[in-house]
Amino acid sequence: MKDTVTLDYRSLREKARQIRLDILDMTTKAASGHPSSSFSAVEIVTALYFGGLLRYRPHQPDWPERDRFIMSKGHAAPLLYAVLAHAGYFDRSELWRLRQLDSPVQGHPIQGMMPGVEATTGSLGQGLSLGVGHILGGRLNGLDYRVYVLLGDGECQAGQIWEAAMSAAHFRADRLIAILDYNKYQETGPISREMALEPLADKWRSFGWHVEEADGHDFEDIIPRLKALQQVEGQPSILIAHTVKGKGVSFVEADYRFHGRALTPEQAEKAREEINATG
Amino acid sequence: MQPGEIAGLKPSVPLRNIFGEALLEVARANPKVVVLDGDLGNSTKAELVRYEFPERFFNIGIAESNLVGVGAGLAACGFIPFIVSFSSFLLCNAYDQIRLAIAMSNVNAKIVGSHGGITLGKDGPTQMGIEDLALVGGLPTFVILVPSDPASMRRAVQAAADHVGPVFLRSSRMAMPHIYPEDACPFEIGKANIVREGDDVTIIGCGLMVSAALDAAALLAGEGIEARVLDMHTLRPLDVDAVVAAARETGAIVTAEEHLLQGGMGSNIARIVAAHHPVPMRFVGLADVYVESADPYRLLEKYHLTAYDIARAAREAVEARRAVGA
Ligand SMILES: Cc1ncc(C[n+]2csc(CCOP(=O)(O)OP(=O)(O)O)c2C)c(N)n1
Ligand SMILES: [Mg+2]
Repeated sequence: MKDTVTLDYRSLREKARQIRLDILDMTTKAASGHPSSSFSAVEIVTALYFGGLLRYRPHQPDWPERDRFIMSKGHAAPLLYAVLAHAGYFDRSELWRLRQLDSPVQGHPIQGMMPGVEATTGSLGQGLSLGVGHILGGRLNGLDYRVYVLLGDGECQAGQIWEAAMSAAHFRADRLIAILDYNKYQETGPISREMALEPLADKWRSFGWHVEEADGHDFEDIIPRLKALQQVEGQPSILIAHTVKGKGVSFVEADYRFHGRALTPEQAEKAREEINATG
Repeated sequence: MQPGEIAGLKPSVPLRNIFGEALLEVARANPKVVVLDGDLGNSTKAELVRYEFPERFFNIGIAESNLVGVGAGLAACGFIPFIVSFSSFLLCNAYDQIRLAIAMSNVNAKIVGSHGGITLGKDGPTQMGIEDLALVGGLPTFVILVPSDPASMRRAVQAAADHVGPVFLRSSRMAMPHIYPEDACPFEIGKANIVREGDDVTIIGCGLMVSAALDAAALLAGEGIEARVLDMHTLRPLDVDAVVAAARETGAIVTAEEHLLQGGMGSNIARIVAAHHPVPMRFVGLADVYVESADPYRLLEKYHLTAYDIARAAREAVEARRAVGA
C-alpha cells in the first residue's frame, strides 16, 4: 500500500517535470509569455488533473458532469495548455503554436478556442465569479460537480475577488474550491511592498470560507489537503498554497522582473538542465 | 513591413518609453503631478517617475476601480493625477468610476491608456485596447489624445498636464517612427496637423496609422494620386474645420485607425462630413472582430491595417468621387 502511494507521487513529480519543460519550450519558442507565473503553479494544476482530484473526460470536454477548472490567473495560460495536452484534450504538438498567427493557442485563454479551456481570462479578478455561476448552474441542473479556481495572490487585490468570495459564502458553495498561488510577488515587485494582502487567511475566514494552507510544490501536502477540502460542508473553501514564483529555475526564482518575460534560448538551456536535475 | 518604411520615416524606440520620459518631465516641472499605477509601471514605463519621485508615485495594485477612485480623490485635493495602466483594463474594468468620479465630476485627472490597439501583439485579445476610443468617446467631458510619434507624444503629455479637466491619452507598446522633428511638432488640442499636402483625396489617421497613411500617400503618388494626410491627434474636440476643408478641397476621405470601426475616429468624422459636406468616404479599421495573439506586424497585415489597405481604400474613394463627377 505504502509503496504504490510513493510510486504515485514519484510519477506526479515526473509529470510536473515534463510540464515545466513544456512551459519553458512554449514560451521560449513564442519569445513571450509568463513562464515564471506558470512554473509557480505546476504542482497545483498537475495535482488536480493527475492526482485523482478532478473528474474529467478529455474526449468529451463539454461532459455536463465534469468538474470545472478555471484558470483565473489567465497569464499562466502556458501551464493550462501544457496540462490539458498531457491530459489528452489535444495533441501536444499544438503547444508549439502558442502565440503564433492563425493559431487557437492564444496568449491568454479564450473560452471555446481550445478544448478544456473553461473561461476567458487575462484581465485579472474575474475567474472566481465564474466559478460561483458554475456552482449555481450545477445546482439548477441537478449536477454535483466541483469547481476549482486558481487565483494569483496579486489578483486578490481586485475588488471582484471579494465580491465573489462574499457571494460564494452566501450561497454556501461547498463544491467551490479556490486555490491561491501564494508566491508573494505581483508584476512590479513583492506583494508586501506593492499592495499588502496579509492577514490573508484571516480575510478569507472572515468572508465565511474554510481555509487550509499547504506547500504548493509538495504533492504529498497538496493532495491530502484538497481531498479534505472536498469534504467541507456548508461553506466554500480555499487552499492557500505557498509557492515560489519561477519554481524550478534558480535565476528566475531570484528575480521578479522575469514576470511576463520568456527566457532566451541560452537561458532556456540552463533552465532545462536545472529542471531535469530537480525532477 | 514596419509602418513608415515606404515613406522613409526614421524608426524610433517603443512609444511607451517616450511616454515614460515625458511623464517624468511633467512630474519634474510640476510638483502637483502625481502618478497612479495599476501594477504595470514596468510595462507602461510610468515607473520612471517612481525612481525619481517615490513620494508622488502610488501603485494601487491590480484594482482598477480603486485606482481610478483614488486618483479622482487626489484630483479633488488639487493634484494632477496621471492614472496609468493598460487601456483595456482601465476603460473596461473601471468605466463607471471614470464616468462618475472623473467625467461627470469634471475633475482635473488624466487617464493614460497604454498598449492601445492590436500592436501589443502576442499577449492577445484579452489585453488589447480595441474599443478604448469608443468607450472614452462615451464620456462627454474627456479630451481624447492619440499621439502618432515620439515628438507628438511628448507634446501630448505636456498638453494633458496643462489642460484643466479630464484627458484621455493613448499610449502604445509599439515603436512609432518619427513624423515630426523633435523640436518642431505642432500640437494644439483640437487642431489636426496636415503632415502631407494633396488635392485628390485626404487620409485622416491617428496614432500608428498616421505613418501608415504617409506610406500609402507615397504609394499613391506613384500612381498620380496626391493624398493629403491629416494627423488627427485629438479625437475630442474633433477639428471640424480641418475635416470640412478636406471634404471641400479634396472631395474624398479615408480614415485609418488601430481600433474597431464602431465608435472610433472614422465614424465621428463621418458624422461631420455627412452634416457639412458629404463626399465619398472609406474606413480602415477593425471590422467587428477580436484580434488574436501574434507578432504585431503580422497582425497589421492580417487585419488590414497596412499602407496597402489604406491605399486601396483611397483608390476606391477617388473612384467613387469620379463616378459622381466631382
Ligand atoms: C485587471 C488586470 N490588471 C492588470 C493586469 C496586468 N497583469 C498581468 S499579470 C499581473 C501580476 C499578477 O500577479 P499575481 O496575481 O500575483 O500572479 P503571478 O504572476 O504572481 O502568479 C498583472 C498586474 C491584468 N492582467 N489584469
Ligand atoms: Mg503572485
